[in-house]
Formats: sequence, C-alpha cells, structure tokens
Amino acid sequence: MVIRSLEEEYVKLLRDYLNGPGEDQLYVAQQMGKWLLARNISPEELTDMHGRALEKLGDVPEFVRASFSILTEVMIEYGNEHRSVHSWRSRHQQLEAEMAVAQAMQQTLLPGEIPAYPGLEIGLVSIAAKQMSGDYYDFICQDEERFCLSVADITGKGISAAMCMSMLKYAIDSLREMPLGPDEMLHHLNRIVGRNIDPSMFVTMLYGAYDTRLHSFRYAVAGHEPGFLYRASEKKFADLEGQGSALGLCPSSEYEVREVRLEPGDVLILLTDGVTECKKNRYYLQRDELILHMQAEVGVHAQKMANALYNRLLTLSQFELLDDYTMIVLRRT
Amino acid sequence: MWQSCSPETIKIKQETDIVTARQVGRNMSRQLGFGTIMQSRIATSISELARNIYLYAGSGTITIEPIEKNGVIGLQMTAIDAGPGIPDIRKALEDGYSTSGALGAGLPGVRRMMDEFEIHSSREEGTRVVVVKWNSPLEEGRDKW
Repeated sequence: MVIRSLEEEYVKLLRDYLNGPGEDQLYVAQQMGKWLLARNISPEELTDMHGRALEKLGDVPEFVRASFSILTEVMIEYGNEHRSVHSWRSRHQQLEAEMAVAQAMQQTLLPGEIPAYPGLEIGLVSIAAKQMSGDYYDFICQDEERFCLSVADITGKGISAAMCMSMLKYAIDSLREMPLGPDEMLHHLNRIVGRNIDPSMFVTMLYGAYDTRLHSFRYAVAGHEPGFLYRASEKKFADLEGQGSALGLCPSSEYEVREVRLEPGDVLILLTDGVTECKKNRYYLQRDELILHMQAEVGVHAQKMANALYNRLLTLSQFELLDDYTMIVLRRT
Repeated sequence: MWQSCSPETIKIKQETDIVTARQVGRNMSRQLGFGTIMQSRIATSISELARNIYLYAGSGTITIEPIEKNGVIGLQMTAIDAGPGIPDIRKALEDGYSTSGALGAGLPGVRRMMDEFEIHSSREEGTRVVVVKWNSPLEEGRDKW
C-alpha cells in the first residue's frame, strides 16, 4: 500500500469529486473525517488544508483565498471546543471512578445477608434508582429468637442521601446496645438526625422488633409509607397502622409503639415509597392496586414473593425505576 | 531573523486595543515564520488575554516579544493588569467555567493552544499571564493517511 500524505490524498479526493461528483468520494470524505478526528486534526487545520488544496487545483480567486481567513478564525473556536473534549472525558472518567468507590462504600452500610430464624421467612429486594440509594434497611440480631429491623427513606436521592445514610447507620449502631423500645429508638434518632442533617432534608422510618417465639412485631413509625399486613385466615391485606412525624423535622416529636401478631401464613410487607411510586403510564400506582398485585403473589416463600412483586412493578413502570425501591417481606410459616 | 522583531507593548483600555494587539501578534508571528494556523491561534490567544483585561480589569498591557531557546524561536506574550485578580485560578482554568461569564474567560483554550502557560493572580497585585508558543516543526508522521 502506498502511503500518501494526507494532503496529497485530500487534493486527489477533491479533484476526483470536482471532475465528476459521486457518492463514493463523499463516502471517502466521511471516512476521512473519522480518521482526522482520531488523530486530533483540528477544524482549523482542516480548513487550512482545504485552502491549500484549492490552490493546487487551479487559480483561486483572491476573494476565495481571503475568505479562508474568516473561516479559519471561526474554526479556532470550534477547535478549542474539540480540544476540551479530552479534558471533559478524563474528568468524567474520574467522577465515575469516585462514584464507584462511593457506591461500594454505601454497600457496606447495608446488611450483607438476611438473618434466618425458625418459623419465619424473610424476603428482601432493594434497588437503587441511581448509582447511590436513599433507601436504608437493616437487621439487628438481638438473640436467637429476636431481631430488630429498620426501613428508612431519606429525602432526595443520590450522594446527599447516601451521606445521610451513613450518619443514620452509625446512630442506630450506637443505640442498639441500649434496651430501647421502637418508640424510644425513633425518639433518639429524631434528635440525632435533626441535629446532623440539612434542614431541607428529613428521614422517614419504620423501626420494629420481631420476637419469633410469640411471632409478635412491635414497631413504631416516623412518617413512613405504611406497610401491609396479610391475614391468611381472611385472605386480606390491610394497612399496617402507625403514625408519627418524620425524623429531623421537629425535636419534640413523640412516637408510639404498635404491635401485631403473625399467625401461620400471615405476611408483613414493609416498603419505601419507591414501591408505591412506581409509575403506570402517567399515573402513580394506587395502594389498592398494589394490593391486587400482592394478592396475586401471596402464598409462596417470602423471597419469592418479594422478587415476583418487584418484577411485576418494574414491568408496570416499563422498566423505569423513578425512586429507590425497597421491600421487605416477613412470612410466618 | 528573530532579532529583527523588537518587543511591543500594547495598552489595553478599550475594545479597539484588542484588535491592535491581535494585529501586532499576527504580524510578528508571520515574521517569525509561524504557519497561518499558528498565526491565527496566536492572535486568538492574545485576543482572549486582552479581552480578560478589558472586561475584568478595565486596563492593562499586553507585551509581545520574540524569544529563543536552544535554537528554537518562539513568541512570548505577557498580559498584565492591576485588576481584582482571579479568585480561584484552578476553577478559571477548568473547561466550562468561562461559559458562565465569570472571570478568566477563554483561559483553558489559550492554555491548550500555547506551549507554555504561566499565571499569577492576587487581589493586591492583579493578574499576570505569560504564554509562549514555540515555532517547532510538526510532529512527523501525523499526516500520513
């Protein structure tokens, strides 16, 4: 293969085209464009080369020659933009790498595995809408029969929510040794959260303690999306009651303890609002509609039910997750 | 050849001074044997430096002078003003910063077009930018296709 200089090649291409314009030469020109870009030939260099190529093809009128000065000058600005792409690209890569580290760190805040207790199945699906999640959940084993669990949703998504999550995690960790009821736990967390996060942010949470001897679930709620309780004997879902203001809003908020007992086959579903905010076409999913979906999937292992519901809702929202999604399913066997 | 060009300092006070500075830079770079593209890039760089003086400092100077190092000829441009200084130079050299209309417009572009770039800026002493473009032959093999 004869290696010709780019400029000779360009002159030849131009001459061929002017002698008889054809799509084939335009195709070569397009390919040449890729080649030039790959070698960082700037727009102004190409403009200049075009001017020189014209000179080789014949007498160039003075006004055409002079016009190249204007074109070159304008092209320099395009060239600057072209040159800056490289720095944008490397900055982007750097941010991506930092994000990956942050993401890995956030994963360490969430429990690595789900605890196992006799007579109770636990299912979990938690998916972040973006790279970082604002949903928090945790299981704290107290002894062989009891554990505490929390589900929380931090306002906002992304990095700010993730940073708030680490604070929440350490606050819960430092309080877990104390014999606190769910209401007291929320009371303490409310003060900690209020003192440590931006006033524009808040956290909704459900905190509960499950006793597998009695199959009782004692919990308190801080402005959190109500969960569901399925009674196998009635084959019906009902809202898991409870109220209280979200954490970080008001220092004097009080929380109350509620208790439910699970009979064999009963199911408790705890979730974040990403579950109910699944969009169906242009409408948000209503809770009674969600119940219909749950009704269709109840009666199987808790994890299987959580997976099936996630798949259903994801399909409904056309595979677009608008908010972080977390669902915990507890099923008494 | 380069000794025949003597340094020139242009006072920048109004927009027409920017044009004068460009013209001086273009002429001098032509005399030094820079190619047409380089002449335009030098004129553009001078333009950006002078515009920053005009827009943000009000007045200052641009000095354009031929230099020589190890047998290579270059053109050095020094922009000096006693303006308010650039509060965050790192930011001013970041791409995209200039489009916000903030201080330091066009500096990333200038830095990329030139071979050497030096900047000092403080609230007390204003801003001093020195850039150099060497007239070195094009890298070999770049234009083989």
